[in-house]
Amino acid sequence: MSAAISTSELTKRFPGVLAVDRLHFEVHPGEIFGLVGPDGAGKTTTLRMVAGVLTPDSGSATVAGCDIIHDPEAAKAHISYMPQRFGLYEDLTVDENIHFYADVFGVPRTNREQRSRQLLDAAGMDQFRTRLAGKLSGGMKHKLGLVCALIHRPRVILLDEPTNGVDPVSRRDFWRILYSLLQERIAILMSTAYLDEAERCHRVALLHQGRILFCETPAELKTHIRGAVLSVISPEPRRVRAALGGAEGVLNALLVGDGVHLVVDDAASRIPELRTRMQAAALPFDRLEEVAPTIEDLFVAATSETDGSRT
Amino acid sequence: MLGRLRGMLIKEFIQVFRDKRSRFLLFGPPVIQMLVFGYAATLEIRHIPTAVLDFDNSQVSRDLLSRFTASPYFDVRARLNDRRQIGELIDRGDVTVALQIHAGFAQDLRKGRTARLQVIVDSSVSNTALIAVGYVNQIAGRFSQDYQRERLFSTSPLVQSQLPSIVLDRRPWFNTDFDSQWFFVPGVIGNLILVMVVSLTAFAVVREREIGTLEQIMVTPIGRLEFILGKTVPFFLIGLLDTTLISLVGTLWFGVPLRGSIGVLAIGAILFILCMLGIGLFISTISMTQQQAMVSGFFFNMPAITFSGFATPISSMPEFMQWLTYLNPLRYFLDVLRGVYLKGVGLDVLWPQMTAMGVLGLVMLTISVARFHKSLD
Repeated sequence: MSAAISTSELTKRFPGVLAVDRLHFEVHPGEIFGLVGPDGAGKTTTLRMVAGVLTPDSGSATVAGCDIIHDPEAAKAHISYMPQRFGLYEDLTVDENIHFYADVFGVPRTNREQRSRQLLDAAGMDQFRTRLAGKLSGGMKHKLGLVCALIHRPRVILLDEPTNGVDPVSRRDFWRILYSLLQERIAILMSTAYLDEAERCHRVALLHQGRILFCETPAELKTHIRGAVLSVISPEPRRVRAALGGAEGVLNALLVGDGVHLVVDDAASRIPELRTRMQAAALPFDRLEEVAPTIEDLFVAATSETDGSRT
Repeated sequence: MLGRLRGMLIKEFIQVFRDKRSRFLLFGPPVIQMLVFGYAATLEIRHIPTAVLDFDNSQVSRDLLSRFTASPYFDVRARLNDRRQIGELIDRGDVTVALQIHAGFAQDLRKGRTARLQVIVDSSVSNTALIAVGYVNQIAGRFSQDYQRERLFSTSPLVQSQLPSIVLDRRPWFNTDFDSQWFFVPGVIGNLILVMVVSLTAFAVVREREIGTLEQIMVTPIGRLEFILGKTVPFFLIGLLDTTLISLVGTLWFGVPLRGSIGVLAIGAILFILCMLGIGLFISTISMTQQQAMVSGFFFNMPAITFSGFATPISSMPEFMQWLTYLNPLRYFLDVLRGVYLKGVGLDVLWPQMTAMGVLGLVMLTISVARFHKSLD
């Protein structure tokens, strides 16, 4: 079975920064592949190169059997690309947006109505067809973006942080539509900065400073975090980190927005210990509890692991 | 190919004509501006606010001043009796010209000596000042001539009747009454079309870049020619419609005669609009945001209008600038507009201007299309 997307040594340099560094990965038909990483890891740059709108400095990429570097136009009939801000025309209605993309992709008028009704139905939007896109809710806009992107039955779908800022209900519809596409042997490449979203992918590549750290299943990815993640909400996170960073059983301490994330070997035994320790040191804190690991936790774990293996 | 272009055109037309306000903005402001400019843009200088100081206060000095009062060029706003008041009035911009007649003015004339009329003029607006001084000169000259003839007549009527003089026999062609509206209205048509078409085109593309739809469009099979045609055809038609509308205002409202053929005017307008589409597209390829497009548009519009011969003759510009005006499509379009409107000339005379606009339009469109890539690099 040949890959729907395959890249080799894909590299892109911007002034002063190596955005994407010798990427090699493959996405197969019927697979959802996630590019996971924090902002600036090179996710968007990778997607843009695969979409054929950004020329790599070196390396190669094939999408739907077409060489994207030498003939970017050939692949475009088979690709669907949703940038972070999907290109909806807010001054056009839902139907007018769909018709525009259908025209641009050359979808015959006869199939169009059936296809768009089916997609709008799945998105739960069939009663909004005459509404202006600008008057839709954020989640609706995202779903309309997906409907427009799918109107021409693409073979490859590229999604850049597709559910960023989308309400849970719309997010569920969104994923339902995506999963239904897999039966049509469509390959999906998406980027995300959220671990819970990465878990919905078949395989993920962890991107860090333009390099792939790991490329594996989400379950394997999580094994990089040994133990549990504790969250301490505190008005003085720096002092908390300084006090607990070296404590027994604490493998890692990371500053987050409103506190500190600690990776510990065993949550049940360490929580009471750490609580006593903070009270003894008179450190102010609001909460200390076990939380699901975030992408940052994973990163700290993964990068410290690779740094360790290098030395 | 046609399906994709049709899709683009449908979308563009819906967007352009969707709401009342944008429909109005396409046609309302050009017509309103035509009316405003038609009235305001004039080179004629009349009703110059004037102050007079008559220290002589004689029959003769009053006669001289009454000629200013009666003239349409001067508006005597103040009669002063203290020199120091002049400075204040000019500083505040209340008067532009102050005329001062010295004591002994009448006596000097009577004794056959040179009498002086002092003219103080606010020359911060140099052109107005120059013309005002010219008018003063004309009135004073006529007064002095009349005075001399009268004196001569009272002493030797025979000599006076044989006094030679040159009389100007004016035969103005095309604009018999020197109506400056006739001169300006065709020019305003050119300016309005320039500003409208360039901004509409530049903004239409840059807006898509800014809201992110352009990135989306790039990952579709649409050809760049299809995209550009889709973007320009609506504005081409709107430009033609605007030209028609404001030309009608020029002819029906301001009574500027259209002496030549509408066909020739249409050819000129089409070629000129093509040039402006090229420039608008070019601006859109160098602008990432609508703000940048606005500033770049301004950077083109102002010099293009200044160096077109719209208000100031190209022949008085420095030679280097005169050469530059050959690259300015508006220069040629103004020739066509004034030629067709006032002189009634046809293609036999205007073909060089038409050719120049055709070549410039072709070059600009080619450059813009070549610069427009379906990529973000």
